[in-house]
Amino acid sequence: MPRMNMVQALNSAMDVMMARDQNVVVFGEDVGYFGGVFRCTEGLQKKYGRDRAFDTPIAESGILAAAIGMGVYGLRPVVEIQFADYIYPATDQLVSTAARLRYRSAGAFTAPITVRAPCGGGIFGGQTHSQSPEAIFTHVCGLKTVIPSNPYDAKGLLISAIEDDDPVIFLEPKRIYNGPFDGHHDRPVTPWSEHPASEVPAGHYTVSLGEAACVRQGEQVTVLAYGTMVHVALAGAEEAGVDAEILDLRTLIPLDIETIVASVGKTGRCLIVHEATRTSGFGAELAALVQEHCFYALEAPIVRITGWDTPYPHALEWDYFPGPRRVAEGLKKVMAD
Amino acid sequence: MKNAAPLELHVPEPPARPGEVPDFGWLKIAPAGSVARPDIATPPHEMRGHAYTLIRVLDERGAASGPWDPKLDAETLRRGLRTMMLTRAYDERMFRAQRQGKTSFYMRCTGEEAIGVAQAMALDDRDMVFPTYRLQGLLIARGWPLIEMMNQVFSNTRDRLKGRQMPVLYASREARFFSIAGNLATHLPEAVGWAMASAIKHDNRIAAGWIGEGSTAEGDFHHALTFASVYRAPVVLNIVNNQYAISTFQRIAGGEESTFAARALGYGLPALRVDGNDFLAVYAATRWAADRARTNFGPTVIELVTYRASAHSTSDDPSKYRSAEEPGRWPLGDPIARLSGHLARLGEWSEERQAQLATELDGEVLAIQREAESYGTLASGPHHSPATMFEDVFKEMPWHLRRQRQEMGS
Repeated sequence: MPRMNMVQALNSAMDVMMARDQNVVVFGEDVGYFGGVFRCTEGLQKKYGRDRAFDTPIAESGILAAAIGMGVYGLRPVVEIQFADYIYPATDQLVSTAARLRYRSAGAFTAPITVRAPCGGGIFGGQTHSQSPEAIFTHVCGLKTVIPSNPYDAKGLLISAIEDDDPVIFLEPKRIYNGPFDGHHDRPVTPWSEHPASEVPAGHYTVSLGEAACVRQGEQVTVLAYGTMVHVALAGAEEAGVDAEILDLRTLIPLDIETIVASVGKTGRCLIVHEATRTSGFGAELAALVQEHCFYALEAPIVRITGWDTPYPHALEWDYFPGPRRVAEGLKKVMAD
Repeated sequence: MKNAAPLELHVPEPPARPGEVPDFGWLKIAPAGSVARPDIATPPHEMRGHAYTLIRVLDERGAASGPWDPKLDAETLRRGLRTMMLTRAYDERMFRAQRQGKTSFYMRCTGEEAIGVAQAMALDDRDMVFPTYRLQGLLIARGWPLIEMMNQVFSNTRDRLKGRQMPVLYASREARFFSIAGNLATHLPEAVGWAMASAIKHDNRIAAGWIGEGSTAEGDFHHALTFASVYRAPVVLNIVNNQYAISTFQRIAGGEESTFAARALGYGLPALRVDGNDFLAVYAATRWAADRARTNFGPTVIELVTYRASAHSTSDDPSKYRSAEEPGRWPLGDPIARLSGHLARLGEWSEERQAQLATELDGEVLAIQREAESYGTLASGPHHSPATMFEDVFKEMPWHLRRQRQEMGS
């Protein structure tokens, strides 16, 4: 089986889908001839032609609007927003049309679009190239929100997203494009090739939206994480010496509540980890759901380890990033009560 | 620079406020028939003047002249007249229904009927339209049943949109009429995207979008023009300049120093500025732009100069911000009266037939309204079941919505 990093896996997903379905088109800033600033769309224009993989003006709202219009026509556009931090100009298109078109037209018109956007920090991108805005999208009814944590899932989830008839926000943690990252920024970078999830089938397969994955079975505490934080949580659990069950949520909307409830029901404790800022973050929703569903199983208050409620500071990136030490402290705290 | 006057902020004002004498002297009206009609292959830079003039076919006496005369036969003209009159009759009945408390809201297109109706007739029925509100004439001209429209206005049990949308925010896949956005301008770049898709698929259908002059100030208007220009999308982008965005005169939207049609020029797009109350000019300009789009010459921007003769909506009172005499002084007249006058001049119509048709159409609309009310009204119901609220958020209902539906108790 081929080994792929996340960039190659994402590229393969688009390649497979463009070959299978003539209605799949790919576009965004620097996406065409150049293949994207992170190289995710490399070679697609050469293979499928300029009218199926092309560059766009720097206008995120225009990109989303064009995708929606194409979706209404019957195409399945996959657009790239160069950094998730750049998506805000497209908010009206996402909220007022993409998310609501099926509803407001009672199914007469739909926008089966996939919006890819690199998210998260860890590359010294400062406050305009490091954000994790997933909670903005999970708050908008009508959007699905997906965040993969490894190459195998990235390809399978992206194919599911493209095939899905609803609009999907597909956030790609850019720090793990080229290798899993456990938060130890001072250690040598590990490539994906040493990770089992880098074994990626060359052809078509899917990972269903709405299904979490258990990446570490454990008995003492449930850790809810997604994206880069899955790897950080694994490192943090090891460092804390806690037998944690770590769930990679993979899809935030729709959320795999059953897997979460079963795990917390078993462990009786819950730690929530995300890189995004804390207040009104997706962790708040998770905490509310866990207490609604598992209150009588809980033996300790739910703990959240997240980015601080500040913009992502450039030089102080590693003080901001919720690394394994903070995750370990969180685990100890949730175990102490 | 010592003696320079202090800086002053310029805030544009309309020529007349309530109690003042309306003056439309600022509107330069080209004589009917005087504007050249370029070939559709004309490069945009060779026809820049068309963004600053006013294409007119019908003169004050009802005579048609000049190269833009589409030379439609009398039967087609009567069909156009009938559809405009049906639109007005429908508007009047729905306006009254709102005043009677049967629904929450309504918007009439009084004085703007030529735009929706003539343009629908100039486009192919298979072309996709992305309208703003006040284009009910477009939907009616496409033959979409009035009963469907009324069911939507009343949010009743037969409303295809299941009571989810405010009145007049129609959508019809069958009529290729895109879901009207209650916010503004988002649909215009979406129309461009649809047109791009049509080009990608080597189709022969084009798209058309409409936006009010007020919302040309939104970023999405500029995204639409940029994308249309860059990809030479087969789309007709219409700006309905009816002089008002609720209470705000078009000068606040940027109409004082330039025309709205001229916005196209910076994007290298051709623009036509048209007398929007002249059925023949609107038809001809739309046909020109549609033919151009369909033959791969790309997009056209059309500014339709018209006047919003009634209030913005049933929630608006124009007497608070404009002179009550103003609608009567609008120099481009009324589109129905002008086309009717033209047909009469051709010996194809008369005042008696006009009056007879008006009565007949009102009766037709009233009968349909009675039927629509039998399916319910917003005020007295019945409506769609509350459980339907949770449908169509996603194609398949996720667990959290199923749970909320249970929680609501239905």
